Amino acid sequence: MAEGVAPDVAGAAAPLPSARDVAVWRIALRNRGVLWGGVVLALIALVAVIGPWFVVDPTNLNPMTRLRPPGEAGLMGTDQLGRDVFSRVLSGARVSLVVGLAVAVIAIAIGLVLGLVAGYVRWTDAIIMRVMDGLMSIPAILLAIAMISLSGATLGTVVAAIVIPEIPRVTRLVRSVVLTVREEAYVEAAIAAGTRVHMIMVRHVLPNTIAPLIVQATYICGSAMLTEAILGFLGAGIPPEIPSWGNIMSEGRTFFQLTPWIIFFPGLALAVTVLAVNIVGDGLRDTLDPRIARTMR
Amino acid sequence: MSGAVLSVEGLTVSLPKGADRANAVEDIDLAVAAGEIVCVVGESGSGKSVTAFTVMGLQDSRALKPVAGRIMMDGEDLLRVGRRRLRKLRGEKMSMIFQEPMTALNPVARVGDQIGEMLEIHTDLSASGRKTRVIAAMEDVGLPDPASMYRAFPHQLSGGQRQRIMIAMALVLEPDLLIADEPTTALDVTTQAQILDLIKDIQARRGMGVLFITHDFGVVADIADRVVVMQHGRIVEQGLAEQVLRAPEHPYTKMLMEAVPSMTPPEREAATGAETLVVEGLDKTYGHRGLLGGGRLVHAAKSVDFALRRGETLGIVGESGSGKSTVARCVMRLIDPTSGRVLLDGRDIAGLSQGALRPVRRDIQVVFQDPYRSLNPRRNVGQSITEGPVNFGTPQAEAMARAEELMRVVGLDPDALERFPHQFSGGQRQRIAIARALAMQPHVLIADEAVSALDVSVQAQVLDLLDDVRDRFDLAMLFITHDLRVAAQICDRILVMRQGEVVEQGPTADVYANPQHDYTRALLAAAPGAARLTV
Repeated sequence: MAEGVAPDVAGAAAPLPSARDVAVWRIALRNRGVLWGGVVLALIALVAVIGPWFVVDPTNLNPMTRLRPPGEAGLMGTDQLGRDVFSRVLSGARVSLVVGLAVAVIAIAIGLVLGLVAGYVRWTDAIIMRVMDGLMSIPAILLAIAMISLSGATLGTVVAAIVIPEIPRVTRLVRSVVLTVREEAYVEAAIAAGTRVHMIMVRHVLPNTIAPLIVQATYICGSAMLTEAILGFLGAGIPPEIPSWGNIMSEGRTFFQLTPWIIFFPGLALAVTVLAVNIVGDGLRDTLDPRIARTMR
Repeated sequence: MSGAVLSVEGLTVSLPKGADRANAVEDIDLAVAAGEIVCVVGESGSGKSVTAFTVMGLQDSRALKPVAGRIMMDGEDLLRVGRRRLRKLRGEKMSMIFQEPMTALNPVARVGDQIGEMLEIHTDLSASGRKTRVIAAMEDVGLPDPASMYRAFPHQLSGGQRQRIMIAMALVLEPDLLIADEPTTALDVTTQAQILDLIKDIQARRGMGVLFITHDFGVVADIADRVVVMQHGRIVEQGLAEQVLRAPEHPYTKMLMEAVPSMTPPEREAATGAETLVVEGLDKTYGHRGLLGGGRLVHAAKSVDFALRRGETLGIVGESGSGKSTVARCVMRLIDPTSGRVLLDGRDIAGLSQGALRPVRRDIQVVFQDPYRSLNPRRNVGQSITEGPVNFGTPQAEAMARAEELMRVVGLDPDALERFPHQFSGGQRQRIAIARALAMQPHVLIADEAVSALDVSVQAQVLDLLDDVRDRFDLAMLFITHDLRVAAQICDRILVMRQGEVVEQGPTADVYANPQHDYTRALLAAAPGAARLTV
């Protein structure tokens, strides 16, 4: 009686599949954290991409204007070799963003595959997860220093050194989602329908991991930027000829009491960027969290 | 009737904007007198639980706002008293028990302490005084050896014992009113019968009023003094239980009562189709011996035998933990049987590898219990229904055409193929799940508690549909259920399981009229409403 051919009330406004995905992003942007954090990040990215074209070469030495305070020479002053701190901070943004993005993408990609396999193919679980436990016990900074002393300081080495300890976190997350989803009746129904394992993964399991992974990616991105800066500061990061926020601060360290601006500006840039990334992450978590997302639907 | 313990007058609770109706409950009047059990019956969405929660002041106050009416108790309007006063009234004057005793109890606190907490908050008793009262209360609800059970944690108790703890907790302060929100729905039938007896017994001894929320007319028939029937947030009928059960006046009440399946199986002819599924000596054990000889083996199924013909429905009936679902999942090969044979059209599939199994999967399809979990929420109905056939090489267009035809067979609009599962009600989703199973053109259809999550009115329709498709497609159906009423209506033969073993097997009518095993007799006697509700 109540049950019939007519769809129930919720069915009245039938969104198309693509419309639903768009709606999720709209809802995400309605979150103030996602919106403002996103705006800040977009500005930083824009400045990092086009900024260096409009300022003096960050490696340009000028002994005549050494250690000048902000305003007197350039927006942020100059360092002990007379290089313009403003243009160095701008180029440093490139390094930070590239490292953050690269680490997030690579760690997610590798962790996703490992997590899917560990969660779905039972016998691999013990092997993969024990290896992950091993990786997790390696401190990122120590590993990076070791790798760089072995194979030299390049962007690639730095990224690899930060990626490796992040992989287990992603793997664990994906595996836990897979373990829950594989018990869902719709996955069993798909098995009963003769769907091949790789299709079950792609169609039924993978989409469930996307929301938590996006959130995780932002946290990885933020912590990768921090780690890169720490490595730079310790002198184990990107080589000094490429300015990064870490190595700018490292070089400014000796004159810190005399000329605090050399450390202050790259430090501020780093803090603002990481904060923005984390705020976006928190906002995404609030809106994309599966439990909250379900009530949204 | 003595004075009312509780009287609800003209209560209206509004729903937030955007809900499918303006008010969760609208202008309801009901009263509970001392020494009386009032049952509020209704299907999901009728507002029966909102009513109970509003009386306790436990409703989600952001979403559900009482906008009119009074809830009177002892001359006080509960909607107008302060929070502090309400807290005092809860426990002392009124208390509540919930559907799921496992989640209503704190898993990391000892049950005795949890009962004792009520006394700690509301009385000045000393620790030893509290303990004596708690043990007395536990004895009162029929818990064995209360002194040692005092120190148990919730997970160490059975479902029935946990619910008894909840009842002890609710009653330790001797309130005038007990609100019970579907307290037996999550329990097995035999446990349910015991808990219902307990509530009736304590209520009579103490002369308190009970407001009992349920969806099950069988339960109503067993314990109600008066009945309140709710639909879409309104009371459509109320009166003495005798009267309402014997001569219901409102069409909705009549419909609800008629939808309760009868315990008397209809006449059925024995099926004569070919045997398509034969299970021989099926065993499934879980766990393994540990390295040092520890560990333990659990027999989920012990040498189960049965045969199923085309055009026949075999019911596997049992309580939770009986192994009925294990058998179904072994037959489906969703889990691997430990030993035994599963013959599908003469071929043993019990030991086939996953690869060899794939072509066989077409022939056995399943409809699961929970229609909210059995369809992938991210895929539209058409994708879900055509997934199987497309896996086996049916062209997409042909699979879609067949899906449209099947939507008509299950009573849904073919246009709905574009929609997503969340846009359908539970019953409609179950129809979609049936269409998905049929799309594979199986020989065997397994219905694993397929109607257990549905309201009775919807349940009856889905049962009719299952019966109909079985005849139309000459299917052999394996019907797993805990509900003896449902089994009586749809099964040709019945197999009763307990703790992994088949205790009795035979034609439905014979098993119900003349049960051979003690356990079957206990099950039949425990079915709610067996005595009074013989439609």
